[in-house]
Amino acid sequence: MRNLYAIYRKEMGHYFVSPVAYIVIGVFLILCAIFFNLIFSAVVQRAFQQSMQGMQYGGAVMPMDVPSLVLRNFFSVMGSLLLFLTPMLTMGIYSEERKRGTMELLMTSPITDAEIVIGKFLAMLTLFLLMLLPTLIYLSYMYLHSDPAAPWRLLWGGYLGVFLLGGSLLAIGAFISSLTENQLISAVLTWGVFLILWVIDAAAQGAGETLGAILGYLSVLRHYDDFTHGVIDTTALVFYASLIVLGLFLTMRSIDAMRWRHA
Amino acid sequence: MIEVQDLTKSYGPVTAVDHISFTVNKGEILGFLGPNGAGKTTTMRILTGYLPATGGTAKIAGFDVFEDSMEVRRRIGYLPENPPLYQDMSVANYLDFVARIKNVPSAERARRIDAALEMTNITDKRNELVKRLSRGYKQRVGLAQALVHDPDVIILDEPTVGLDPKQIIEVRKLIKGLAGSHTIILSTHILPEVSMTCDRVVIINKGKIVAVDTPENLTMQMKGGERVHMEVRAPEKALSDLLSKVPGVRRVSVEAHGSAGRVAATIEAAEGQDVRSQLAAKVVGQGYELFELRGVSVSLEDIFLQLTTEEATPKPGANN
Repeated sequence: MRNLYAIYRKEMGHYFVSPVAYIVIGVFLILCAIFFNLIFSAVVQRAFQQSMQGMQYGGAVMPMDVPSLVLRNFFSVMGSLLLFLTPMLTMGIYSEERKRGTMELLMTSPITDAEIVIGKFLAMLTLFLLMLLPTLIYLSYMYLHSDPAAPWRLLWGGYLGVFLLGGSLLAIGAFISSLTENQLISAVLTWGVFLILWVIDAAAQGAGETLGAILGYLSVLRHYDDFTHGVIDTTALVFYASLIVLGLFLTMRSIDAMRWRHA
Repeated sequence: MIEVQDLTKSYGPVTAVDHISFTVNKGEILGFLGPNGAGKTTTMRILTGYLPATGGTAKIAGFDVFEDSMEVRRRIGYLPENPPLYQDMSVANYLDFVARIKNVPSAERARRIDAALEMTNITDKRNELVKRLSRGYKQRVGLAQALVHDPDVIILDEPTVGLDPKQIIEVRKLIKGLAGSHTIILSTHILPEVSMTCDRVVIINKGKIVAVDTPENLTMQMKGGERVHMEVRAPEKALSDLLSKVPGVRRVSVEAHGSAGRVAATIEAAEGQDVRSQLAAKVVGQGYELFELRGVSVSLEDIFLQLTTEEATPKPGANN
């Protein structure tokens, strides 16, 4: 436990001085803010149009759930953003240690591979939460000012989804980083894998019934959509949890393999 | 303290370390000497638990480096060939991190860090970022890292690389000072380093141990006779004949040296025979001009070359 904390502490310290982390967080927050504005004004505009039409033609006005619509669209955009930005958070996590030779220090110290892997993962997760936190400001502002009050359950569901999605992406990205000494290769490979996970969804729709179901299950974004609809499905929870565990497990195997293949 | 038995490591068809065995006693400094690619680093990596061996066993303080890796890792300080530094940490933060992962109790941590900084003479750099340090300082931070948890066994892979001559002397002194209370293995391809710091030398070539002994014994064994170097102005043939007649001389080789008819002669005499005064008398007696006459001691370098080079005969008295 102490070792795990030592690794965690070191990683957090590294993020604190790393320009990459600041840039990724900065770009993420700016893009989120822009998309929130766009989505919010688009949804509000449509709601206006709808009520105007209703008044003009005297029909029944269909009430629109503006906060939920904004939320759903916003989280969907955020999910896609993460596919592009998380590789930059994970690309150096092991590659850099391998290249600098510090992996040799960690691997000859009295700490287990699991402590290294989990310590690093928790640090990435913490950074990821810090990255998400500012988006809560404008979303909760919207929630506080909506009348009638929107269900907060949806908001927390969305965040749980984004957290699990992010965690899975970080675990996979970290594994890929452990395969190479080159950060660029690590980033490009991770992008490739994430893109495949992304387009699997489209492939699933075109494929036959059985294959389609399998591919659909593998789509990281489809499970994510459930959360933003306020549905917390055990299937999705299991899916993300297993993805994270798989990523961490593969990373541990990869570190162990480093000992054997090192020339 | 360290027992290595039939240790073998192969990477596919290449055998990097080939059935080597040696022991290091407590408090001893063992030098690992060999050309680049001889298997020094691989052996050290196996001892530190970084690499698994293909065959044989290695034990440190009675613990097998593979079976009880954690126990071994707790007892060793290791400086790899490239110091494993985190560039964007300060020296003190880096040592703090290393102390933590080496399980130094929190109550002792500050004291141990201060001691490591002190020993490696980098106290004034403690708040500096590692990436701002020069090569020599980085090397010393790497050394501090290996000492911070006060390990029983210290394994140093080329500890003086990148240091300036003054720092090299300091580091050697530091290593000598650590002996006794610590058991040390250091690798190097710098020969004087071994004769200056080590109690015993293992000469390794192509993965095999070619000699294990004290630096003095190695020099004694390999010497096998006295050598004298002379510089004279004389005809080559005449000089050669003349010197061969001196009692005790076994072999004379003469070659032209420089300008104006000067020749250089290398004379080998039987062990324990000092023929220098007789040689001088002969040369001067013939009316030749004598420019230089000195005894040549066989250096560790000659031995090293003799043991690690197959075809070439060693050049005597080569400078270090």
